Amino acid sequence: MSALKRTPLYAAHQAAGAKLVEFGGWEMPVSYAGILDEHRAVRTAAGLFDVSHMGEFEISGPGAAGLCQRLTTNDVNLLVDGQVQYTLLCREDGGVVDDITLYRRAADRFLLCVNAGNIAKDWAWIQAHAEGVSVEDRSDATGLLALQGPRAAEILAPLTDVDLATLRTFRFAEGAVAGRPAIVSRTGYTGEDGFELYAAAAEVPVLWEALVEAGAPAGLQPVGLGARDTLRLEAALALYGNDLDDATTPLSAGLARFVKLDSDDFVGRDALRAERDAGSRRRLVGLELRGAGIARHGYPILGAGQPIGIVTSGTRSPTLERAVALGYVETAWAEAAEGLTVEIRGRQVAAAIVPTPFYRRARKSTPKGGS
Amino acid sequence: MQAPDTLRYSEEHEWVRVTDGIAVIGITDHAQDELGDIVFVELPAKDAAVTKGKPFGVVESVKAVSDVYSPVTGTVVEANDALADTPEVVNTDPYGDGWMAKVSLADPAEVEQLMTAAQYEEFVAKEKS
Repeated sequence: MSALKRTPLYAAHQAAGAKLVEFGGWEMPVSYAGILDEHRAVRTAAGLFDVSHMGEFEISGPGAAGLCQRLTTNDVNLLVDGQVQYTLLCREDGGVVDDITLYRRAADRFLLCVNAGNIAKDWAWIQAHAEGVSVEDRSDATGLLALQGPRAAEILAPLTDVDLATLRTFRFAEGAVAGRPAIVSRTGYTGEDGFELYAAAAEVPVLWEALVEAGAPAGLQPVGLGARDTLRLEAALALYGNDLDDATTPLSAGLARFVKLDSDDFVGRDALRAERDAGSRRRLVGLELRGAGIARHGYPILGAGQPIGIVTSGTRSPTLERAVALGYVETAWAEAAEGLTVEIRGRQVAAAIVPTPFYRRARKSTPKGGS
Repeated sequence: MQAPDTLRYSEEHEWVRVTDGIAVIGITDHAQDELGDIVFVELPAKDAAVTKGKPFGVVESVKAVSDVYSPVTGTVVEANDALADTPEVVNTDPYGDGWMAKVSLADPAEVEQLMTAAQYEEFVAKEKS
């Protein structure tokens, strides 16, 4: 195995006593104080995540908007400056190359934030379609922090010149955090209010230190990838590599609202239109176990005793204190009221399909600005 | 890491305490620390036969599923069923209330082949390096 990559915060994680693990070619903190503690901190106060391993591509100049439209399933025309869109890169056959966020910084300048494990694949995919449009890989030069939780805004406000009171969900502003240039984006991957902060890789430790110090009195904790996974799963946010991959489609994953089949053409549109018309063969559903055990990635799902699907993500929800999972089932079973089991170490454990997200925060004042 | 002198240890990070031919078995402080927050424990049934070096139960942390290997051969006389509702006790009290099973030993001499506390500490230090 080649040497693992490290983020600019590696030393800070070590100093904080983090457990470090391999993730997508990176040596990343899986936890600091413990996954459950960190999970709770994000749900009740705030958590700070180093997600600098994620990739950033900049697409700019003539043809930038057209390339983004051609490559992504959502409608780029819906974006205004300062707005973010969750969207997907799809193959011709509708399979998901990656799920990403797309930032419109100007009419001819876009930032794509991509999954760490897909940086090389996405780069090659975008290059193959660029047709002369300028695309720049800013991944190594860019650091990314996520500040998430009900107290995120009050912690960040004194450290930034961005007006958080008027910054809506799925909007971003370019300003300063802890005196350093940063993009402040009201987005996240936890199901809570919060921010993602992009800054130069070399400056990220300054932001980290300032946020840790300013947030500590409010209960902010550093949070690792372990709680990032349980938080996103409670919010039923898909994880690429688990719930999405080259062989799954956004329609079967329940992401139809991010796929604009009647807007301008994009790679994969014909296949996805055909899937819409014929119906998806399988669907991603939320499951809750009724018996003892935890459903995990790769466990079989059975309907009336026959294999009808597979668990793609599962854990014991720290908030609900129940075993929850996402998994694909044959469409005929996607709304079944009974008869489902998950096979755990050879044992059939009763499961029920439940609405997602498993966890939804009590909404306060943040108006929606997404599309 | 804590490893009481009165116990014996396996390379799979289980501990054994023997009283009157009955072995009490659990996982070590080091093991629980490595696993992190334990959220589910699956134990053998009473009267189940267990074999040295073979899985006899499962502990699940938030992130991972791990087998628990029996450090001895024998018959389960009691399992710690309280862990079904309070698996976190394995984290907070691995050598006490976090015990997993009591096994009637088929061959009491087997215990002598397990590591002493000093040997186990050395083993863990080597594993880490």
